[in-house]
Amino acid sequence: MSEAQAIAKPHAEDVEARAAAWVIARRDRRGWSDEKQSELELWLAQSPTHMVAYLRLDAAWHRADWLGVLRRPARDETAPRSRNLSALFRVSAAVVAVAALSIGAYLALSMPQEQTYATPLGAHETITLADGSQVELNTNTVLRTKFSAHSRVAWLDRGEAYFQISHDSGRSFMVMAGERRVTVLGTKFLVRREPSHFELAVMEGRVRFDAANGKHTRSALMKAGDVAIDTPAGVYMPKLSARSLNNELGWRHGVLVFDNTTLADAVSEFNRYNSSKLVVADDATAQLTIGGTFQTDNIVAFVRVVQEGLGVHAESRGGVVVISQR
Amino acid sequence: MAEWSESTEPDAIGVDTGTSAEVNAWFVREVLPLEGALLQFLRRHRRNESDLADLRQEIYARVYEAAQKQIPRLAKPFVFRTAHNLLVDHIRHEQIIPIDAVANLDTLDIVMDQPLADRVVIAREELHRLQTALNQLPRRCKQAVMLRKIEGLSLNEIALRMGVTESTVEQHLTKSLRTLAGVLYGKPARPWRKK
Repeated sequence: MSEAQAIAKPHAEDVEARAAAWVIARRDRRGWSDEKQSELELWLAQSPTHMVAYLRLDAAWHRADWLGVLRRPARDETAPRSRNLSALFRVSAAVVAVAALSIGAYLALSMPQEQTYATPLGAHETITLADGSQVELNTNTVLRTKFSAHSRVAWLDRGEAYFQISHDSGRSFMVMAGERRVTVLGTKFLVRREPSHFELAVMEGRVRFDAANGKHTRSALMKAGDVAIDTPAGVYMPKLSARSLNNELGWRHGVLVFDNTTLADAVSEFNRYNSSKLVVADDATAQLTIGGTFQTDNIVAFVRVVQEGLGVHAESRGGVVVISQR
Repeated sequence: MAEWSESTEPDAIGVDTGTSAEVNAWFVREVLPLEGALLQFLRRHRRNESDLADLRQEIYARVYEAAQKQIPRLAKPFVFRTAHNLLVDHIRHEQIIPIDAVANLDTLDIVMDQPLADRVVIAREELHRLQTALNQLPRRCKQAVMLRKIEGLSLNEIALRMGVTESTVEQHLTKSLRTLAGVLYGKPARPWRKK
């Protein structure tokens, strides 16, 4: 490098100060305009030094969003929150204790409005949130939301929900499900949360998915058609056809769609919607596969079809229907 | 199909323009987490703490420029080789050759073979680190960051709460951000074991 270059180069300090101001202006100021955006892009294009300083600080500011988990947990009795406390929240609870000493009293002051929505077994409801976003809640689901002028957060305490989020470039929409976090600006996606099964399917647009799986935090940028399934065995991302993605959303029309589905999976799907339960007696039967479309509440039709189609035996025994080899 | 990666940063500058978005995401995902180790490497070979930030930024800029042409397959060796070359450049330029100044790449490998603890961001550590960072901020800055990031208040709401103008709040946040970044990236997740 020549001496002239070395002298002409502005100090990292100055570039960094400028970059930090840009990050705050872009991320936190109200009313970010196209004009400002082009001004920023121009500045970034001037030198890779500008770009790297901006990227570094912007990513740090994003990481600081984790502080959001220190937000005081909601005081609502309906959500089975304490039992669902994930490892992450348990960790943060310890940190909260430390933080509380230093944060002092102002945390106790007014908090943004919180709402809780819940559906009973077998129900299906569409709700409209304060920002105009639509959420369809499937059976046995609890969702809480908290909106402020600069953030939109929803907690899926249990169950399944299909989100159609209104676009708001200044306020990302976050769905927290235990140790997982889904961040979007405006798009359509499905989140399902059960004790040992978590599923995220993106129907439209892009979402960012963060999972604190045990002690690792991992992230993925997902686009329309992507699916992530998180089970105790690990996270995997199967490639599903548009058709099977669509089948996943059958419940929105009150149906379950099976396509080469094992009896075990089909039965556990039905059991999500009905208080009278189905049980598969043996592994061989559980591995049989079926296809078809069924009303979520029509167990009788389902049982008849598997009896006739698969040649298995079904018998009502002590309140449950047991399906076994004939 | 999305692929797993540690800490991807989508929408880094709010524009999604093919390759540059890819380079940006790569930079945030692969390069920034190396900062702790990189600073340690630089410290080992420079006596002057004050030009560390300049060196770091110059290395980043070189790495970024190279990645715009082609994203290196392995980030770690590439970043450290760039750092090494830059140090050599500087030493030549200064016409001073301290005895230990130019690490050969063999000793570099020792640094590079360390498990990169900071690639695996552990939620607990992340929160502790953020907590540590917060505690290094001046009182008013800390208050502003907490209201913003924990409470999710707007700049306007924070200004009212703190009894200052919005632009002062912005200044607090701007200042805080630089300190936070230093703590978040500057320190390895775990102390490096001396060989």
